[in-house]
This record gives sequence, structure tokens and C-alpha cells, in this order.
Amino acid sequence: MSKDKSTPLGRVRNHGAAAEGTGHFVGQRVSAIALLFVATWFVLSAALSMDGPTYLAAIDFISQPFNAVGLILLIMVALYHMRLGMGEVVNDYVHKPFAKMALLLLNTLVPLVIAAGAIFAVLLVNFGV
Amino acid sequence: MAGATRPGDRPISPFVSIWRWHVTMASSILHRVTGVGLYGGMLLLCGWLMMIAAGPEAYEPFGAFLAGPIGQVGLYLLVACFAYHLANGIRHLVFDTGHGMKPSDAETTAWFAILFAIAAPIGLWALVTFGG
Repeated sequence: MSKDKSTPLGRVRNHGAAAEGTGHFVGQRVSAIALLFVATWFVLSAALSMDGPTYLAAIDFISQPFNAVGLILLIMVALYHMRLGMGEVVNDYVHKPFAKMALLLLNTLVPLVIAAGAIFAVLLVNFGV
Repeated sequence: MAGATRPGDRPISPFVSIWRWHVTMASSILHRVTGVGLYGGMLLLCGWLMMIAAGPEAYEPFGAFLAGPIGQVGLYLLVACFAYHLANGIRHLVFDTGHGMKPSDAETTAWFAILFAIAAPIGLWALVTFGG
């Protein structure tokens, strides 16, 4: 017996099925509000400052400190947000247990690997040889 | 109950063959579709960063693809997806506060999000092309 005097029902109430409660809801909205600024900045700034998709234009863009920090923020927040969104889509439309678990696993691993690679790429352009 | 009268304006059960498109329904579906599109867009952006870091020779075919017709149309559509997801996302954040849920308001704002998604990429394209 725990020293907690509340009943088992009282302990689980308002915590949701896996004690996660509103975590998904809040995470999606907090990242959405961050992306209002970060993603809008990136689309406008990239479209207006790069003269076509050339190598030199890209290096110029990425090697400015403000842009590099903005890109790293965009990668982290957008990949988190899109993982939450795609997880919802998979849960809604995929009903076979194996396919669902496989897709949810991919949906976690792919953004993680891609984020590590893309953040490393931004750092490499700035500090690499 | 037998013999009970039914008020005329009472909602009846939905029936699969009787429905019509509502703009609010289209706006909800579009939010998902554009979200999935932007998922691909972020993978493309991350791939672009990694190809840039890999050096000019490795980037060359990727850059040529982006500058080509498929790449340009793709980038244009990604901007449209972003504009829609942005406008409709703001709409959903307002819904979360409990405002704008009246059917006529929800329809007006849904149309606004769709029109914004059409206008924004045209505006950005014009700005890039003619803005100097």
C-alpha cells in the first residue's frame, strides 16, 4: 500500500488512457504557434534572398548565423510537429496492428534520423573544412 | 415511441448516400492533405541541406531538379500547402479558444483560408520575379 490516501480511481482521473492526458494536444499547439513564426520566416526569407536553387546561393544563405539558427529551430520544431500530425493520420486510417505499429515506428525514427542529418549539415556548412 | 410527433427541425440520422460538400468539410480534409504534403516538403528541405553539405558535385543534380519544371511546380505547390496549413492552423487555434464556431463564421473563415492558399503563392512568385 502506498502512503497516498487517494483511491485508485482518484489517481487516474483526468490523466487519459496512458496518463498522457493533454500532452499531445498541448505539444501540437505549442509547436504550431512556434511554426507560425519560424516557418513563415523561412519561406519568405529563403524565397526572397536566394537567387534560384544554386549551390552558391544556398551556401550564402546557410552560412549567415541568423539563418543557421533559424534553420536548426525550424528542423527541430517542424519535425516534432509533423511527427505528431502524421501519427494522428496513421492512427485514424491504418487499422491492421502490424502495419500501424510499423508506420508509427517509422514516423518516429525517420524524423529523428533526418533531423540529426540536417542539423549536422547546417553545422558542417558553417564550421566544416 | 409510437404516436410521438417529430418536430420538423430535429436533426435526423446521417445517411451515407445523402450528403453534400460543405466548405468546412473540405477545409478539414485539406488541412490533413496539406499537412502530409508539408511532411514531404520538410524531408525535401532536410535532404537539400544534406546535399549542400555534401559539396557542389553532389548537389549539382539535386539543384538541377529543383530548377527544372517538376521542381519549380513542386516548390510552388509546397508554398500553397504551407499557406493553407498556416491560415487554417490559425483558424484552428482560434477554434480552440471557443470562438468562430458558428456555422456561418466557420464557413467564412474556411473560404478565407482557401483563397489565401491560392493568393499567397501567386503573391510570393510575383514578389520574387518582379520585386527586384
